[in-house]
Amino acid sequence: MALTLEQVRHVATLARLALTPEEEQRLSTQLSAVLDAVTQLQSLDVENVEPTSHATLTASLLREDVTRPSLPPEKSLANAPAKSGTSFAVPKIIE
Amino acid sequence: MPVSDFQPVIGLEVHAQLLTQSKIFCGCSTAFGAEPNRNTCPVCLGMPGVLPVLNERVVDFAIRTGLALECRVNAKSVWSRKNYFYPDLPKGYQITQYDLPICEHGKLLIDTPQGEKLIRVRRIHMEEDAGKSVHDAGGGQSLVDLNRAGVPLLEIVSEPDLRDADEAVEYLKALRDVLVYLGVNDGNLDEGSFRCDANVSVMPKGSSTYGQRCELKNLNSFRFVKQAIEYEISRQVDVIESGGKVDQETRLWDVNKGVSRSMRSKEDAHDYRYFPEPDLPPLHVTTEVIEAVGHALPELPRAKLQRFVSQYGLPAYDARILTAERPLADFFEACALRYPDAKKLSNWFLGELLRLLKEEGSTVSSVRFTPAQLAELLGAVDQGTVSANAGKDVLAEMFLTGRSAPDIIAEKGLAQVSDTGAIEAVVDDILAKNAGEIEKYRAGKKQVFGFFVGQVMRAMKGKGNPALVNELLKKKLGD
Amino acid sequence: MQLTDLTMLELAEKLAAGQVSSVEATRACLERIQRVDPKIRAFLRVDEAGALAAAEASDARRKAGTPASPLDGVPVGLKDLFLTEGLETTAGSRVLEGFVPPLDATVVRLLREAGLPLLGKLNLDEFAMGSSNESSAYFPTHNPWDVTRTPGGSSGGSAAAVAAREVFGALGTDTGGSIRQPAAFTNTVGLKPTYGRVSRYGVIAYASSLDQPGPMTRTVADAAALLQILAQHDPKDSTSAPVKTPDYSAALEQGVRGLKLGVPREYFAQGMEEEVEASVRAALREYERLGATLVDVSLPHTQYALATYYLIAPAEASSNLARYDGVRYGLRAKDARGLKELYSLTRERGFGPEVKRRIMLGTYALSAGYYDAYYLRAQKVRTLIREDFTRVFQDVDALVAPISPVAPFKLGEKVDDPLSMYLMDVYTLPCNLAGVPGLSVPCGFTKAGLPVGLQILGRAFDEALLLRIARAFEREHDFFRRLAPI
Repeated sequence: MALTLEQVRHVATLARLALTPEEEQRLSTQLSAVLDAVTQLQSLDVENVEPTSHATLTASLLREDVTRPSLPPEKSLANAPAKSGTSFAVPKIIE
Repeated sequence: MPVSDFQPVIGLEVHAQLLTQSKIFCGCSTAFGAEPNRNTCPVCLGMPGVLPVLNERVVDFAIRTGLALECRVNAKSVWSRKNYFYPDLPKGYQITQYDLPICEHGKLLIDTPQGEKLIRVRRIHMEEDAGKSVHDAGGGQSLVDLNRAGVPLLEIVSEPDLRDADEAVEYLKALRDVLVYLGVNDGNLDEGSFRCDANVSVMPKGSSTYGQRCELKNLNSFRFVKQAIEYEISRQVDVIESGGKVDQETRLWDVNKGVSRSMRSKEDAHDYRYFPEPDLPPLHVTTEVIEAVGHALPELPRAKLQRFVSQYGLPAYDARILTAERPLADFFEACALRYPDAKKLSNWFLGELLRLLKEEGSTVSSVRFTPAQLAELLGAVDQGTVSANAGKDVLAEMFLTGRSAPDIIAEKGLAQVSDTGAIEAVVDDILAKNAGEIEKYRAGKKQVFGFFVGQVMRAMKGKGNPALVNELLKKKLGD
Repeated sequence: MQLTDLTMLELAEKLAAGQVSSVEATRACLERIQRVDPKIRAFLRVDEAGALAAAEASDARRKAGTPASPLDGVPVGLKDLFLTEGLETTAGSRVLEGFVPPLDATVVRLLREAGLPLLGKLNLDEFAMGSSNESSAYFPTHNPWDVTRTPGGSSGGSAAAVAAREVFGALGTDTGGSIRQPAAFTNTVGLKPTYGRVSRYGVIAYASSLDQPGPMTRTVADAAALLQILAQHDPKDSTSAPVKTPDYSAALEQGVRGLKLGVPREYFAQGMEEEVEASVRAALREYERLGATLVDVSLPHTQYALATYYLIAPAEASSNLARYDGVRYGLRAKDARGLKELYSLTRERGFGPEVKRRIMLGTYALSAGYYDAYYLRAQKVRTLIREDFTRVFQDVDALVAPISPVAPFKLGEKVDDPLSMYLMDVYTLPCNLAGVPGLSVPCGFTKAGLPVGLQILGRAFDEALLLRIARAFEREHDFFRRLAPI
């Protein structure tokens, strides 16, 4: 199954990757090869098979509704590439 | 075709913040109004490697709400990731429920001019809230505050059973009352703890095929809900009338301009890539848990209103006001236990108590006197110990200080004079001073009677028992 | 014999006897790192001050007669996927360069509490995506047995550091073989515990439903001792199993007599290198000699594991890696004009080619119109793969099989051919998909002197049996006494 350049660009938009034209080209080839390999799954009859989304069937773990100390803002923001006061700063969002 | 030839079809999605102490997946406080990012930790900041652990009260609140809305509570429900990029969504996905929500197939009754109407509730699911971005921060920047990220939400989705803006508002009010009654939500639209999106479409009357729908956002008051839906209906009718086609889109209500505008362009069409959240196993709820929550369920607003009418013989108008909030209804019932005339009690609530609360800007939970003390005051009025007018002053004083009625009456000398001899002396004195007026009265000018009552009451500083004053005056005037 | 040639338990014995101090052992490691790591490049970061401080504290406890654990004072290393409070953690990626976590991973905390000095952070394939350590954004790690070859991946830095005796043991993570394959490539022992046995809290996620941390050591007994510390239920990880921790060392020496060991025929497919197969077959015969019964078994859906894995893992990864957006930490494209560029340029520059490939693949597999055909179908096949194991474990106590179809290959040999690189994982992936435990124990060398590993797979939470089976072989063939020529 071939992944067209157009599809590669669409997926890159969804994934927020600014691919270079060379990368688009290379990924189109490489991903097509991988998708070819995985088409093998289409031959299996899985009509009545339940999907597995979790490796072990652990019971739901719940925690009590009690507050725990938060991080001090200087720690929360210690790794921030840009901040203003105790807020994270990003380029202005235009809706 | 004019607007009246079209049938609007409306479905509502409500996001209600749950009144938990801590966030849905971490121990950070849900308190509102803290300094930006004060209530954050590695989990709600979406740091690498951290994992969510579910707050048990969120499950309890979801089941409570589901049962109140007569939903089926699913024994197994599943968490999913909704993937999209936005600065206030720290992980790049929202943990929510998609395929298998905790509650489904419920209903809510609302009042319409045509009578009661049943609105079906499609589903209720739990999810985490996003943070907040401030766009007008200056410096070409937007600022991100993640205090709200991870605050638990219930999303309550109705079927498209609503047919006009008024029904939509009725539904929202009824739903809000239920949530507030259950103690799961504070019902606050301005602060965004009760938020509403509306899906609106129109179709020709008589058609059974829904038109293309638009989603309206930013409806943070009942008034805006009504305005925005009405605007959207006429906008869609205009589009169709002018030969156009309604596009499926999200529209933002502009409060200032009173119009909606398209929010996201088409090339941004969302593909949320939902898939089961691998970090959280499916949630299993046992029948025992559901039953226990069911037993603890409070009486709901509608049932309480009906009971107030039937049990206390109150007019629906009174019952509606008294049951609008659970603490007020509870306080009324506590008083009614000690004072049997419910209608009279209701009059004091509606006329006096609510006014005092409004003036003070407080709620019934902060009232300083007890139900027994209120019953004592009303008894005193009934027995003529204090006049109804003076009783209002006594109530105001009780409201301020929490002291008992007898103490206030005694201290302020508000006790009503019911001593016949004392009143007779005043009546005689007044009559003696107003011979001319007596002539007029006897000549048939009966309204002069009121003048005499006023004079006597003034002389007695308002404390004369009005019934006795009337009786003695009539006797002396020879009626 | 040098101090660093000791196993963890041998060192622990000397520490307990007061014959050597933790500071001495830690210094010996630091010196050896200084000497050999320029050739191996296992370390991304050495925390000399932190390790020595912990060693001093350990010595004080030993002196006071209050050791925190049997391994108190034994220095180890961490794959750079484990968050360490105050110490940069990068996942081998540019996107996290300079990221200093405000917390320790649960297992890091457990190691600290047990008194083990942490020597630093070990190299890995970027975000644990790879089988050769070459996708690290910083540099590839070299195999101590032949520095022109890969130590395997993704926990290649951990394996190489253990094999080169720079550390006495290390933590790795295993999503599709990332502990077992590098262990096999370096003549070390690697254990991927049952999914849920060891906490994932604070372990940077690759594919959440498959990731599992585990010990990497030179001997089976060391692996048991280290697992003893790591295997704790964690209320911060909802997928952590609330299962009691057995004594992993108790039955270690009980041998394999009477055990039924399954030999899955699908794991001996064509394409395996002859010398690798010969080593593994020899090991199987050894088990027979030691009294185990070999049973020919079939796991019929094995052939689908690769395709299943390469849909599920990238799908989860595409979502797990969405948080690297340049907003709160890590790399940010400073020249971005507007929000869209902030995201797309940061991520374009922050991620390497293998990570981008998997993000793209996973995003595609989850996208509208393809979810059912790819992701959902893969999850259903995953069920079939799990059921294969459930069925076969009704008949046998454990499975014995190869780890990798090949011996360590040359660095650079497969970099440009992702599919052939993915094929390296064919024998290790099913274990992760099924969530069962898997172990790699040295079982020989090729003529060229390259290590070969044997894989032992068991029932969920049956790690103790896997260790016992591995130990039975190790007792007869102490390949671990052979030291890498470095």
